[in-house]
Amino acid sequence: MAWDRNQMAERAAQELQDGWYVNLGIGIPTLVSNYIPEGITVTLQSENGMLGMGPFPYEGEEDADLINAGKQTITEQPHTSYFDSAQSFGMIRGGKIAMAILGAMEVAENGDLANWMIPGKLVKGMGGAMDLVAGVGRVVVVMDHANKHGESKVLKACTLPLTGQGVVDRIITNMGVLDVVPGGLKIVECADGVTEAELRAATEATIVG
Amino acid sequence: MKKVYGSAADALDGLLHDGMLIAAGGFGLCGIPELLIDGIVASGVKNLTVASNNAGIDDFGLGKLLATRQISKMMASYVGENAEFMRQYLSGELELEFNPQGTLAERMRAGGAGIPGFYTKTGVGTVIADGKDVRTWNGQDYILEEGIFADLAIVKAWKADATGNAVFRKTARNFNPPAAMCGKVCVMEVEEIVPTGSLDPDSIHLPGIYVTRLIQGAHENRIEQRTTRKRETA
Repeated sequence: MAWDRNQMAERAAQELQDGWYVNLGIGIPTLVSNYIPEGITVTLQSENGMLGMGPFPYEGEEDADLINAGKQTITEQPHTSYFDSAQSFGMIRGGKIAMAILGAMEVAENGDLANWMIPGKLVKGMGGAMDLVAGVGRVVVVMDHANKHGESKVLKACTLPLTGQGVVDRIITNMGVLDVVPGGLKIVECADGVTEAELRAATEATIVG
Repeated sequence: MKKVYGSAADALDGLLHDGMLIAAGGFGLCGIPELLIDGIVASGVKNLTVASNNAGIDDFGLGKLLATRQISKMMASYVGENAEFMRQYLSGELELEFNPQGTLAERMRAGGAGIPGFYTKTGVGTVIADGKDVRTWNGQDYILEEGIFADLAIVKAWKADATGNAVFRKTARNFNPPAAMCGKVCVMEVEEIVPTGSLDPDSIHLPGIYVTRLIQGAHENRIEQRTTRKRETA
């Protein structure tokens, strides 16, 4: 037993605080918007130039001029605002975005993050990920604990080219929640049906405390 | 001075030369200067360096200029949806300079504002920082990034008046204003040229000072990822 994609997103949604401006990455982080807790208002930023991102449009109401950073058609909300890419990343670099929730290929115990390229394989680019992890107030990674070969993605040191150095604050995986602290990672909680011993055994990184 | 031209070919006449640096607006296929890209394809100009967040897709946007091998170098943040791009890059036919998206936008904005370089913490400790000057303020490292001064900017807006005052629509604004700013000259295409005086001066997104030439035309405005939800049934 462990969390599935939706349960990981639901857990990540618990990180949100009322009034925050937040950027959600592509994949599981996008699902977080389905679980925003009752009574909490967060404004979602899309780094291609929008605050106040709404859900997908109804069929027939798609607008080519209204897309998210994953190039998917979306909608606006009453409080939406639009701006250009320089201003968008100005608010990211300037620390106005409280938190980014994004996926990862690897995370290391010192908070290093790798999520943009695998040398020798397909290279797609970092998009806005390097700007986000360097600029936002808090970086939460949501990802599977292991890769498809069953190897830990929570490492002592990243092997892939970095997206950011020492940037990750919290890691949410299908097995639990870990914080980056001095000396390594600290277990915050275990996923449903996962024991602390199982979480430790599945983690290559140093676990302190 | 007349800014309005009849076609992309007319508007680009005299502005193109081999080996030039072109900054292009757009994000994915959203807000791209599709008519001017077609005009550059038709011109046959080659050995271009293009600064643009993305490289289009195989048969649309900048992908058309890749198909004709008119681009020799791309400065971009994300090139994931373009098989021909990947093929040319992996075979060494095309040079690629990855820029973090915000760094690319700020490099354009800075160039347009007469700023040759700026320090940012984006990319510190990554391959992006290789060979770049590092300075430390308050214990935080920052790397030097250079402003982009393009020979030509090509951008797309929604509406403009004949003086080039422009309004963009929703997320189609994206890289268009910073790209427009960083060009020595800027050619803009719009869906509609409106009478001067009909746009609210307080609501101009890009003042006409940044626009050298202007054309109007029909746009395909292609959607890259069509995502929808079902209507709730009562």
